[in-house]
Amino acid sequence: MDAAALTSRFPTTQDLTGKDMPTYRVAGSDLLAVVSALRDEQGFDLLADLCGLELQGRPVRFGVVIHLLSTTHKEYVRLHVDAVNDRVPSVSSLHPGANWHEREAFDMFGIVFEGHPDPRRILMWDSYPYHPLRKDFPLAGIEVPFPAADVAEVTGQKVEPAPMMGGPFVSHGGKMSTGEPSALDQSWTEEKPKA
Amino acid sequence: MVKSDFGYNSKVEGEVIVTRADAVVNWVRSNSVWPMPMGLACCAIELMAAGGSRFDISRFGMEVMRFSPRQADCMIVAGTVTYKMAEVVRRIYDQMAEPKWVVAMGACASTGGMYRSYSTLQGVDNIVPVDIYISGCPPRPEALLDGMMLLQEKIRNEGGSLRRTFRGRTVETKIVS
Ligand code: SF4
Repeated sequence: MDAAALTSRFPTTQDLTGKDMPTYRVAGSDLLAVVSALRDEQGFDLLADLCGLELQGRPVRFGVVIHLLSTTHKEYVRLHVDAVNDRVPSVSSLHPGANWHEREAFDMFGIVFEGHPDPRRILMWDSYPYHPLRKDFPLAGIEVPFPAADVAEVTGQKVEPAPMMGGPFVSHGGKMSTGEPSALDQSWTEEKPKA
Repeated sequence: MVKSDFGYNSKVEGEVIVTRADAVVNWVRSNSVWPMPMGLACCAIELMAAGGSRFDISRFGMEVMRFSPRQADCMIVAGTVTYKMAEVVRRIYDQMAEPKWVVAMGACASTGGMYRSYSTLQGVDNIVPVDIYISGCPPRPEALLDGMMLLQEKIRNEGGSLRRTFRGRTVETKIVS
């Protein structure tokens, strides 16, 4: 890709020297222009991924990472956008495939995508009050009312924190194995008992 | 039908079998349990296998998978019940005509399974009364068939009415009116 063209045209764009693919930090105000320039001038015509992330210990708490693929040049580029005030412009006008990815990032992190055509939750139900992938949200969940009031009335069921039993994923002591999980001794069967 | 449910002696009764209405009704019901396949996750694959020719659930009169709850007798909850889907499961259960039974297939439907998290209902028995629980992740089709045979056993031994307890309340349905 033509990195010089990108950084000279968008001076706020910062090269993060990615180890696996060209990586840039893009300002939210430039995002749409950068993505459309990459799409129309440099052939990055496929949005491979878009996800939210939470960065602890950084002034801006949330960010969005976009992976673009060029199907003609067979190369990727990664764009990193900080969500200032939890807001990022939506790229679904340029790449319609971003629509559901952005809804997921909104659902899980509460990042608001400005200009999104359908800014609803996608995984949790619409009245759910939290954003479960945030670091301050407990894995077990927080008690809230059941999604459907009439069903809750018949069953008395609430959305309850799951019993974690000291978990998640408790192992009962011992040394952690570093090998691939496999059946090591396969010499014994039901007919031929273990020696 | 169990042996004591009918009396038949060709010398005495000729071509007539004497029995009780309950026993006949239960016999009919237990041999034509039409399932409502509530396939929600990976367990549904094993449910489909049970419907295929190798495991052949039609040996028990259960091959008629009814995707309409109005025509189904037994809801097989096969998979992870999320809170978002729980509402739908309960509504479909409410739409099924009495008498109706529920089978919780696999660890997820029985207890929430490995999904100890904010999104998953910890057992479908929180929202519908469950008759049979089948362990496994996923249960093999043989285990499902075993569970369905236990359900048949249960249906055969039901009395004049169907009684089930859910969250401390007893729901009673008359079998023969
Ligand atoms: S019990 Fe296991 S196989 Fe069945 S739905 Fe849950 S995770 Fe999937």
